[in-house]
Amino acid sequence: MSKQVLSLLQERFGAKILAVDSFRGDDEAHVAPEAWHEVALFLRDDPACAMDHFIDLTAVDYPEREPEQPRFDVLVFLRSLRKKHRIRLKTRVRDGQQLDSLTSVWAGANWTEREAFDLFGVRFKSHPDLRRILMYDEFVGHPLRKDYPIQKTQPLVAYREVGATKLPPFGADEGTPFARIDWLARMQGRNQQVSPAIAVQQGQQPALSIRREDTGPDAPLGQPVRPDQPGQPDQLGSKA
Amino acid sequence: MEPIYEHEEETALELPSEPMRLNMGPSHPAMHGTIKMQLELDGEVIRNIDIVPGYLHRGFEKSCERGTWTQCFPYVDRLNYVSPMLNNVGFALAVEKLIGIEVPERCKIYRVILGELARISDHLTCNAAGCMELGAFTPFLWFVKVRDWIYDILEQETGARITHSFGRIGGMAKPPTDKLKQAVRDIIPQVDKVLAEVSATLVRNRIFMDRCQGVGTLSQERALSLGVTGPMLRATGVDYDVRKAYPYSGYETYDFEIPIGHDGDTYDRFMVRMEEVRQSCRILEQAIERLPDEGPINVDDPRIILPEKDEVYTTIEATIAHFKIVMEGVKPPKGTVYSYTEGGNGELGFFIVSDGSGTPYRVRCRPPCFLNLKAAEDMIRGNMIADVVPIFGSVNMIGGECDR
Amino acid sequence: MGEVTTAVLGNEHGFATTRFDALLGWARKYSLFQYPFVTACCAMEHMATAGARYDIERFGAGAPRFSPRQSDLLWVVGTIVQKQAPVLRRIYEQMTEPKYVIAFGTCASCGGFYDNYATLPGIDKVVPVDVFIPGCPPRPEAVLDGLMLLMEKVQNGNREPAVLPPPQQLPPLVQLRDKRTA
Repeated sequence: MSKQVLSLLQERFGAKILAVDSFRGDDEAHVAPEAWHEVALFLRDDPACAMDHFIDLTAVDYPEREPEQPRFDVLVFLRSLRKKHRIRLKTRVRDGQQLDSLTSVWAGANWTEREAFDLFGVRFKSHPDLRRILMYDEFVGHPLRKDYPIQKTQPLVAYREVGATKLPPFGADEGTPFARIDWLARMQGRNQQVSPAIAVQQGQQPALSIRREDTGPDAPLGQPVRPDQPGQPDQLGSKA
Repeated sequence: MEPIYEHEEETALELPSEPMRLNMGPSHPAMHGTIKMQLELDGEVIRNIDIVPGYLHRGFEKSCERGTWTQCFPYVDRLNYVSPMLNNVGFALAVEKLIGIEVPERCKIYRVILGELARISDHLTCNAAGCMELGAFTPFLWFVKVRDWIYDILEQETGARITHSFGRIGGMAKPPTDKLKQAVRDIIPQVDKVLAEVSATLVRNRIFMDRCQGVGTLSQERALSLGVTGPMLRATGVDYDVRKAYPYSGYETYDFEIPIGHDGDTYDRFMVRMEEVRQSCRILEQAIERLPDEGPINVDDPRIILPEKDEVYTTIEATIAHFKIVMEGVKPPKGTVYSYTEGGNGELGFFIVSDGSGTPYRVRCRPPCFLNLKAAEDMIRGNMIADVVPIFGSVNMIGGECDR
Repeated sequence: MGEVTTAVLGNEHGFATTRFDALLGWARKYSLFQYPFVTACCAMEHMATAGARYDIERFGAGAPRFSPRQSDLLWVVGTIVQKQAPVLRRIYEQMTEPKYVIAFGTCASCGGFYDNYATLPGIDKVVPVDVFIPGCPPRPEAVLDGLMLLMEKVQNGNREPAVLPPPQQLPPLVQLRDKRTA
């Protein structure tokens, strides 16, 4: 069904469709970022495609692809009401590169692009209202990026002193450390083992890049968390 | 004495005024979720509205990247927390699609049964809260009473009333109990009875109809462009239900209908949900007849399913298999997949990216009520403050799913 | 008879010393007006507790007042995220004395299993809490147990935060009865 759509796209846009794929029944077209808006309009307006039902827009972060390939994958999921076929469009953008907004094509792109901006930092040109949607405005950084440490909180209200009867929450080295990947450490080229016990046993260095006292409520407010290595680029805030 | 303003045009009394900004939320009585709506008012009429979600953003997507694939199930439960079984099944189907396996027939029927029970409790809760906010408190108590009985069945099967975490990749955590069939057969007439009671009291009630009919209309084209799905889309007249359009888990073999509305207003959404409960009861009746009393509930693959506990303690192969699945996680092949099911609010999709390891690389939940909520902005603009309550209630915004 | 105390939060001993205090405590504990600060999944159990089977109204604590000025018991039901913390703090400050806070659920008590950038690890980081009810979500029986614990504390004037202990025996699984009254 959607194979037709993929071949129509390739006929019409030629070299701007960089790749097509169909894995497990999902049809995906990799589009060059310059043709993003054009392709979207074509998919909506062409009677053979008729993709009038907007499904979703999201992004995925592959920081290890930089600098050869752009880091973010932006994906749009579409569906046609009458023809019932589906398609997924993908494009790659760098950090700081702007992508055309699809708000003028489908209204559902409005909030989903705001979410992609909020959580990843991908900027959309000519979006009517690009601001944070899920996080608060005072938040610095984009949490779903792989280099944003998951436990780094940025409290809005200063924490009260609580009594000693309450145990502090789990640190990064407690709880269930198996299968956990410390992305910051991996991006810094260190090994992936999170659990210090297993790491010591295998003669590796524990890969914790965050000191427990630097995270969460024990961290003094107003002082951003820095990884242990000096000279790290500041991962807070987007480059745009 | 006649009133002195009788002959004056209303515009002759123009006083300088500016629109007033009012915040509704994030803590407000419409018990559907925590959301802030910034209203610009001209008297009682809402000139402009800006909805600010995010007050329940709990970092689901980032948390899923921290554990194994099976450890995502508790997070996924808490997305649409009124129908957790539907989220469990949706996520399990997504990972199974990526791996390329299909669960046995008994598991499919079991998933359908638990899923439809969850869907019934979702729609009952939405309608209950909706009519309570309009002042009709009794139907809320009736619906919650039946919902408690449904929770009893789910507790008997899964061990927990609400957030069961019962789905597993390749099957379910435990096979059905032998009390399930009789329990479901007992509950269906009770659900029908409560729907009949509420239909008799509420649905043709003058006040209810005045407050809901014509309020919060949404056109089909706007709904499609916004990405609206679920009962909200069906109330506008579009017959799109993932269970019929792209059947999964054996839904093509069940005989049921999709109710659709014609105006797209609040009344239609309420009625669509009521009728969907009846259709879910029909599916349950059919599924319960078909459920085999024995047979495998999980796929037979030691790399995916945990072996039986007595084998784990006695044989070495089972110990190793158990160790690998628990410590490293189930390892789907590298790739990306988007799998969609019909959640309580619409098309609940999971877009998952796997890098071949036991830890998810990216788990994206396509939240039906996030996109439905943007439609609420259009529906509320131009109406009065008192209309916000039924409109927002009929959107069924579940904070866990909207903000993840 | 001791002197009438003017400190409404219980006197400096932390427990009721006078008969008047005890009388005030008795009156307060059976007329708690709740402010349901409801956010997440625990809302389902909150609704069930308000329903006909578990009936919080028989304790007198069923009347929700959706204005902080008119309520004295703040039920924080569900996860509080960092974005919501200033709102919670403000609602708490708007309540008039005497006021009590129940942390309903694990997320309100300690952040639950959302130990990440978004969640407040427990509401006692922003407001003082009287009773913590653990559970994810807690069963309505546990909620009522927590409410009874709070009522004891209101009676005694005890402001020390308390965690609901696990039950001595688990509640029996409610079997579906054959005969049901409508």
